[in-house]
Amino acid sequence: MTGFALRRTLQSVVVLLGVSVAVFALVHLVDGDPVRLALGTRFDQATYDALRERSGLDQPLAVQYAQWISSAVTGDLGVSFRSGDPVTVLILERLPATLSLAGASILVALLIALPLGTVSALRPRSLLDGLGTVVSQVGISVPEFWMGIMLILLFAGTLGWFPASGYVPLSEDPAGWARSLVLPAVTTGLVSGSVLTRFTRSSVLEALGAEHVRTARAKGLGPRAVLNWHVLRNALLPLVTVTGVQLAYLLSGVVVVEIVFAWPGLGQLALQAVQARDYPVLQGAVLLFAFVFLLLNLVVDLLYTKLDPRISA
Amino acid sequence: MSAGRTGHAGRAGDAQPVLEVQDLRVELDTPRGTASIVNGLSYSVAPGETVAVVGESGSGKSVSVMALLGLLPAHARVGGRALFRGRDLLAMGEPELRQVRGDGIGMVFQDPMTSLNPVLTVGRQITEGLLAHGRVAGGRQARERAAQLLADVGLPDPRAALGRFPHELSGGMRQRVVIAIALSGDPALLIADEATTALDVTVQAQILELVDGLRAEHGTGVVWITHDLGVVAGTADRVLVLYGGRCVEDGGVDDVFERPAHPYTQGLLGALPQLHDGPGGRRSELVAIAGAPPPPTDLPPGCVFHPRCPVRGDERCALEQPPLVPVALGARPDGTAVPHRAATFHDTAPGTGGAGS
Ligand SMILES: Nc1ncnc2c1ncn2[C@@H]1O[C@H](COP(=O)(O)OP(=O)(O)O)[C@@H](O)[C@H]1O
Ligand code: SF4
Ligand SMILES: [Mg+2]
Repeated sequence: MTGFALRRTLQSVVVLLGVSVAVFALVHLVDGDPVRLALGTRFDQATYDALRERSGLDQPLAVQYAQWISSAVTGDLGVSFRSGDPVTVLILERLPATLSLAGASILVALLIALPLGTVSALRPRSLLDGLGTVVSQVGISVPEFWMGIMLILLFAGTLGWFPASGYVPLSEDPAGWARSLVLPAVTTGLVSGSVLTRFTRSSVLEALGAEHVRTARAKGLGPRAVLNWHVLRNALLPLVTVTGVQLAYLLSGVVVVEIVFAWPGLGQLALQAVQARDYPVLQGAVLLFAFVFLLLNLVVDLLYTKLDPRISA
Repeated sequence: MSAGRTGHAGRAGDAQPVLEVQDLRVELDTPRGTASIVNGLSYSVAPGETVAVVGESGSGKSVSVMALLGLLPAHARVGGRALFRGRDLLAMGEPELRQVRGDGIGMVFQDPMTSLNPVLTVGRQITEGLLAHGRVAGGRQARERAAQLLADVGLPDPRAALGRFPHELSGGMRQRVVIAIALSGDPALLIADEATTALDVTVQAQILELVDGLRAEHGTGVVWITHDLGVVAGTADRVLVLYGGRCVEDGGVDDVFERPAHPYTQGLLGALPQLHDGPGGRRSELVAIAGAPPPPTDLPPGCVFHPRCPVRGDERCALEQPPLVPVALGARPDGTAVPHRAATFHDTAPGTGGAGS
């Protein structure tokens, strides 16, 4: 590992620790007595004491945090108040659905954004550019649930091409998995794609105006070579960052879309944990989101050193 | 005088010109109306000859050369003819023009910090041109040739430089790379647009010497655009003074500098003592004449220089456009004859008869 990579990794670890303290503090200080909240109104003292002890809640907060974080490092995030299952197991159960949806969504988003954003930039104020602007405006402003429902009505209802909801694990039925993925992935992909389209457009426009593009043309290169190597290659750099942020967002669970499509992802898990005051699950989920976010940022930064020679690793 | 200015066999004079620009015009529609950026520019460049194009910023120097290679925005209207080795560049389609770019005509731009692609290696930026023009059989040969080109322009350790990125080189070294790219097609014509403006004085002198050496060696015609008169004095055979997209004076470099006939040229030279201290030895910006050049969307009728002219002999200046006419028999530094011309009704040059008086 180079010095830069090492420094960046350590930095991320420190930030993650900071986030873990914040998450822990929030759950414990804001929510009052988590056990009481978790048990609701009807419980007896014995149940209360048992849960309290089992969760280590009779210990001082600092000790509780130390216990939580040191087990978290080994992959043990505690036990759900509701089901009694290990939080790690609950998260791992949801992970394939979330990974599938996030991966497919970012693919859809890039398939929309790269061509549409590039063409819009190459022909500013053209018909296609106008179309691109409208499409991305719509993608950004139309609520996801509405878009999801429309897609369900059309493609699941009227046309019957795809299932209206539900997740089929890849290991059980690859074709079914792919079919179940299409509508939710298109819904989130349209939203992310809209953001990325606008970004691609401005990024390509900026790259087009660079002086080295003129040098490339003066060299006698064809339009394709100029576009690929002197415009897109440069425009790609800022795009990597934004794509990383979008992916982090998708991986933290897209709650609304998960609900519309009955998609058993991490977003639903976190939402249920909030509703049930299942604080070990909530803590674990938020810590995971922070971890994913920092990891993706780290990956983007390291990728940057490979893509942009001006940033030395 | 510079050693490079003498020397190339059969230069200048009567040889068939490598470039012949006739009545070049460029118009661009802008939000503020139609901009007449180049207004009937004519000049020619002989093999081995260096023609300097000078003028304040905004006088149309860059646009006039970009028009030749079709590098202007698509909505630019370009008129006139530009014969390159007898073929009209302005009548060529894009594919044909592409064969000329970087092959028959090489171009060097102002700022070597921005005219190279920051994310591609120097080697790649040279070889892609060689490959595009089919000048090499494959990648290996392209790298050989690229290393040779870098050696020719004086880059130390050219082989290692192939793998470098632009930011790893100094400004002067980058400009050498840009020149290597421009020379990669053994061009008959090299156009340098403010190629030394962004460089410091010593580096500037080195680059000038380099280009002049290559010109002398290969008989390349050179169009050297600059607003730095010190550069012109040392390297050019002929000078063309541009104002408002028109040539207001041209002729052999010594004629124009020692006996400027146009009030604008006189103004430019007025604040420049000891121009002839040597090539690039003195760096002299065009010092401001009171006022600013007219915007190309709003050129004055009559003489373009009229609103700023200190002479302004009579009302003709405001009404009629003075033609570019010979004011004296002139000569290039090598002694070959070339007319000294100016576009003014009132020639106040020392030692000439004067065209309009
Ligand atoms: N793409 C363009 N659109 C509109 N006006 C332009 C464009 N490019 C150049 N101009 C105008 O043309 C004039 C000449 O520009 P330029 O050739 O760059 O001048 P110079 O190189 O002599 O400094 C300037 O007034 C400039 O504003
Ligand atoms: S024609 Fe008249 S205004 Fe123009 S430069 Fe000559 S004297 Fe000045
Ligand atoms: Mg210029």
